[in-house]
Amino acid sequence: MKHQTLKVLATVIALAAILMLGACKKKAAPPPPPPPPPPASPTASISVSPDTIQPGQSSTLTWQTSNATDVSIDGIGAVQASGSQSVSPIDSTTYHLVAKGAGGTQEATTRLTVTQLPPPQAAATPSPTDEDLFGQSVRDVYFDYDKSNIRADQEASAQGDAQFLNQHPNFNFTIEGHCDDRGSTEYNLALGDQRASTVKNALVAAGVSASRIKTISYGKEKPFCLEDNEACWQQNRRGHFVYQK
Amino acid sequence: MDDTHRRGLARTGAQILSGLLILLGSLTSSASAQDWVRTGTSLGVEKVRLAVPDFKPSTSDPQNSGLLKTFNDTFWNDLDNSGVVELVSKSFYPLQIPGQPAEVTFDLWNVPPPSAAMLAFGNLGVASGKITVQGWLYDVKNTASPQVLGKQYTDVATDDGARLIAHKFADEIILRLGGGIPGIAESKIYFVSDRSSHKEIWVMDYDSSNQRQLTHQGSISLSPRISPDGSRLAFSSLTKSGWDILVYSIDLNRLISFPRFGGTNLAPAWSPDGTHLALSSSRTGESEVYVCDANGSNLHRLTTNKGPDVSPSWNRKTGAQIAFVSGRTGLPQIYTMESDGTNQQRMTDQGYAVSPNWSPNGQFLTMAWTRKYGPGDPGSSDIYLMDTASKQWVQLTHDGGRNDFPFWAPDGRHIVFQSSRSGKEEIWMMLADGTKLHQLTFTGRNTQPNWSWK
Repeated sequence: MKHQTLKVLATVIALAAILMLGACKKKAAPPPPPPPPPPASPTASISVSPDTIQPGQSSTLTWQTSNATDVSIDGIGAVQASGSQSVSPIDSTTYHLVAKGAGGTQEATTRLTVTQLPPPQAAATPSPTDEDLFGQSVRDVYFDYDKSNIRADQEASAQGDAQFLNQHPNFNFTIEGHCDDRGSTEYNLALGDQRASTVKNALVAAGVSASRIKTISYGKEKPFCLEDNEACWQQNRRGHFVYQK
Repeated sequence: MDDTHRRGLARTGAQILSGLLILLGSLTSSASAQDWVRTGTSLGVEKVRLAVPDFKPSTSDPQNSGLLKTFNDTFWNDLDNSGVVELVSKSFYPLQIPGQPAEVTFDLWNVPPPSAAMLAFGNLGVASGKITVQGWLYDVKNTASPQVLGKQYTDVATDDGARLIAHKFADEIILRLGGGIPGIAESKIYFVSDRSSHKEIWVMDYDSSNQRQLTHQGSISLSPRISPDGSRLAFSSLTKSGWDILVYSIDLNRLISFPRFGGTNLAPAWSPDGTHLALSSSRTGESEVYVCDANGSNLHRLTTNKGPDVSPSWNRKTGAQIAFVSGRTGLPQIYTMESDGTNQQRMTDQGYAVSPNWSPNGQFLTMAWTRKYGPGDPGSSDIYLMDTASKQWVQLTHDGGRNDFPFWAPDGRHIVFQSSRSGKEEIWMMLADGTKLHQLTFTGRNTQPNWSWK
């Protein structure tokens, strides 16, 4: 045993010696000439206004970049360094801008939501059901990555939900906990469970009866969005409200 | 040597320098990060050179040629995957191959080019609907007394019959040449597949043949775990009341009763004696690790931490410890504890570490680990192996994709896992030193493999 320990020590000392030799060698080299200033990194931003349209309507994409020689938007192609363009997609679309320059690559995304038109007969008889009212009024609560606490920008949603649900005490509902698909199946189910519980606890603290609320975790089993980017992952990290008939 | 090994070595050096000599006293050498893996998994022994000429027909039945092909392919594959022999390439074999002992010419086999130490040979014949296989294992360097094994098997004359006999004879050889550890050719792998459009539990032979669906829940079923005696399969499934642990009887081909605990119940794990199940439940709020009897009674809680505790795995040798995943400090990490919940110890030092599984000899944990994890830091989830005493680790997968849910074979020499490296999640297996990697499933998405205990 002692002999083995010595062997290990000897190996480590040898390794350390190699590392030190390496370090010495670097010091011995002549000082390099001052490097030329590195090329500036590109910057990129993109936005869409309005960010919600109905099918057939159009919206305007606006983007700015700097220090980029090669700018493109997925689905549109190569574009000028800065500019704007009218778009009218049929379905909700994420616009992904890539700006490449000598200093690297910068990406930016924005999402245009296309709301589907209500079916014509529903428009003819505009009497929203309780479920419709619930769907229009209750807002999902979104979470940070690997977190299950309600972040500051989501508190308004949670408070608004509590207010609405307190005004409609006959509505029963389920809170589904969802996660983005980066983590592992089992851990994500536990995390989704905590997200659903967090939203439930916030509502109960605001006076909503716990007996009206069911929770269920879907982990990463039922994603809302399937793309591999942060905009999409954020869509999937949420407490989602479902009206219970 | 790649970066990860270098990091592993650098880390080892740092441990020693910071005075943790005692942890390393049992290590034989740090010259190669993988030496301790090969020793601990018995993959380090010198591999016997084994020649395996095709078995010959012993009757003139027209079924012979098809069944011989099945037998010879299965037999070769079993021995090739075993990790304990080095198969001599068939191109080195003499023209005359033996079908029985009288036909063996020793000096055609024990000298170059084959230079075999051992020779496995035999014959197969079909007669009146039965297949009979005679097989021998010869030590061709010991010409005076060469026979190590002589076996005869009979089964129904079907592909399955031929495959089963090949598995049985291969396992006999692996037992003799692999340090007395039984082979895995007759073992099974349980897994989750979505090919019926729902995630259900499926089973296949260890070599991917005979894939069939076990459960028909029509919802989402996950985390299959077969009992040590192979009679019951525990898994988690989304039912009308939420995520529940369900138990399926392999013998009865149906679900058997198991209590509903309330909350989200996930990832059951059998104790090695089959008397207990560990699982995670959020019945009292947060997800915690619990243990109950095999029938679901006497449920009691082991962990009480903030943050989710999930994915328990028993020390398969002693049954005295449980490894699990905890998010108590943020990103999930691997911990171990005694099976009564005391002495909780963190095993991983950083990143995102999940899916621990304890090796049959109790020495190692395998796990899925993203050592660098976070927005803007897209590390990859790879399979790692950790020595539980020293916490020294080695990375086993390097080839991309997301790799998760590693699970040990009963021989302690193989690991099955899920990987997205082929473009979608499929089941793969490898030797426990990361070599002999190959894909087992190709249809649908297949995840969470679980190897039978024998």
